[in-house]
Amino acid sequence: MSEAVLASLLQSAVNMAVPLLLAALGELVSERAGVINIGIEGKLLAGAFAAMSVAYVTGCPWAGVAAATAAAAALAAVAAYLTVVQGANQIVVGTAINLLAAGLTGVLYRAQFGVTGAALTVSGLAPLRVPVLADVPVVGAAFFEQTWLGYAAFALVPVVSWFLFSSVPGLRVRAVGEDPAAAEAEGVAVERTRLGAVMFCGVLSGLAGAYLAVVYARTFIEGMSAGRGFVALAIVVFGRWMPSGVLAGALLFGLATAIQFHFQAMGLAIPYQFFLVLPYGLTLLILALVSGRAAAPAALGVPRARGGQL
Amino acid sequence: MRIPSGLQWAVALAAAFAASGAVVLLAGRNPLGVYRALFEGALGSTAGLAEVGVKGCPLLLCALGIAVAFRTGVWNIGAEGQFLFGALAAAWVAPHLTAVPPLPGAGVVLAAAAAAGAGSAGVAALLKQHRGVSEVISTIMLNFIALGVVSYLVQGPLMEAGGSYPQTDPVPEALRLRRLLPPTRLHSGVALALVAAVGVGFLLLRTRFGFAAKAVGANPRAAALAGFPVARIRTAALVLSGALAGFAGGVELSAVTYRLYERFSPGYGFTAIAVALLGRLHPAGVAAAAIFFAVLEAGSDTMQRTAGIPSVLVSVVQGTVILVLVGLERREWLARGMAQ
Repeated sequence: MSEAVLASLLQSAVNMAVPLLLAALGELVSERAGVINIGIEGKLLAGAFAAMSVAYVTGCPWAGVAAATAAAAALAAVAAYLTVVQGANQIVVGTAINLLAAGLTGVLYRAQFGVTGAALTVSGLAPLRVPVLADVPVVGAAFFEQTWLGYAAFALVPVVSWFLFSSVPGLRVRAVGEDPAAAEAEGVAVERTRLGAVMFCGVLSGLAGAYLAVVYARTFIEGMSAGRGFVALAIVVFGRWMPSGVLAGALLFGLATAIQFHFQAMGLAIPYQFFLVLPYGLTLLILALVSGRAAAPAALGVPRARGGQL
Repeated sequence: MRIPSGLQWAVALAAAFAASGAVVLLAGRNPLGVYRALFEGALGSTAGLAEVGVKGCPLLLCALGIAVAFRTGVWNIGAEGQFLFGALAAAWVAPHLTAVPPLPGAGVVLAAAAAAGAGSAGVAALLKQHRGVSEVISTIMLNFIALGVVSYLVQGPLMEAGGSYPQTDPVPEALRLRRLLPPTRLHSGVALALVAAVGVGFLLLRTRFGFAAKAVGANPRAAALAGFPVARIRTAALVLSGALAGFAGGVELSAVTYRLYERFSPGYGFTAIAVALLGRLHPAGVAAAAIFFAVLEAGSDTMQRTAGIPSVLVSVVQGTVILVLVGLERREWLARGMAQ
């Protein structure tokens, strides 16, 4: 494999990893607080749609990013209210959020831009090239010619790590995810902490959706989230609920996706579907080898436990 | 288990149609015209009604399976993958059965499909029981794996002989499920789905297993203290759930498409989660919800054609109905999480 092919493979791997990393970091914080978001897929999609429409109308990709955040946060607020405040089942609400987002974006997109299928493109965020580092062979272009969203995603890894393990609010998040009743007895506001975590996940999912629309594709395609929300869920498990593990998982899933695209250029004798399936199989294998129970927050998926009751 | 009151249902449906109506208005169309096209498309002709049956069949079978799992507190998100594995097994087995008489032959095809669905759910059950892996995650992973495997096989080893399309050889004519009302696509698999609904109803409401499943789903710790083999009941529920979804895939293959190809499922396994929830995990409710969803799905094509609103609008209706019902329900039994 030539250096040029390798460099371009790595670059698209990192580009594919950015939205996964953003969404998975959000999901990580939410799951650490005990809330699983099956609806992350819908939030990605809503974010992508909002980003594209607003960027198209205003001509400003930044406005698109802001709109994406707002749209995903709005869905997250609905989900947060139902799951955290009302104690509704998280799987049920997430499923409904996904349906809602698929329907809304599909109908509104065609109403706004017609059914012609003509590829509308929007002006995207410009990459910011880091001098010197971007010239490093093979890895330079992949890591140091990102948009600010890309840099933000990677910068968030140590930030989330510090937040969860070295800050007081982070400690509260983890306490709420492990044993809400005990946390409450210690004076932690369980509901507010969980609401915050779910909203954080919503905002990051919105950014991930925005990345898809105004950085990666520079357009919107119906269903363009293409399962990435579910992949983000997988990455959190793959990463054993740790920010560094989530980073590794996002890069691995990104690489696997990139390999599919570069498959023909690489001339491998393996069917491309192998790489399609590989990350999921690997996640299952890792879960099977290292028991899944140990690392998961103990109260994941459990609604509030105020006063020790479900 | 409380079934939502008529009022709750009425509010949820009204809210859902109002919300989608608002979306239709935003899209610059008249909601009443759109709904009219939707319901006329599904209910206004024999062909439309037949399509309700065709769309309802996989939804009902998958949703019955999901109801079995969810009632037991097992969150099987993998019906889509189990459906595909079922279809795959059917597509693989069927061409080898040309020497077998039609009736046992078709039975073998469907049994293979159910077994494949059960097997893939069984992987998740094993991971859960022995390694503590959340079935939510493992079944989602298996969905993606099923997509990849089907994609590979229909382009590779199982691609039709001599053809150029990425699809399998057709199911031999003798082994196909009969079309009941040609030229419509209504088929005898619909009857099988209704029988399955009755069977699942009996299992859940009239047998020891059904009672145990409900006990485990309601409070696993109390069920364990009461002497129920919690892990075994969960495994059984997940495997049965997968078998029903796999069976649905086999029926879809041998009654509707005859061949397996990459976009074989338009997401039946995911929509069925909504069907099961809307039906309150009660077999009769699930059947009613499956018919309701099938009407939406069957009418949506006509709606798209004549009223110019994309068929995906029905997802707005579906999503809103669930959210509103959940919102109205407050802390009912369904509010219990995946607490184990």
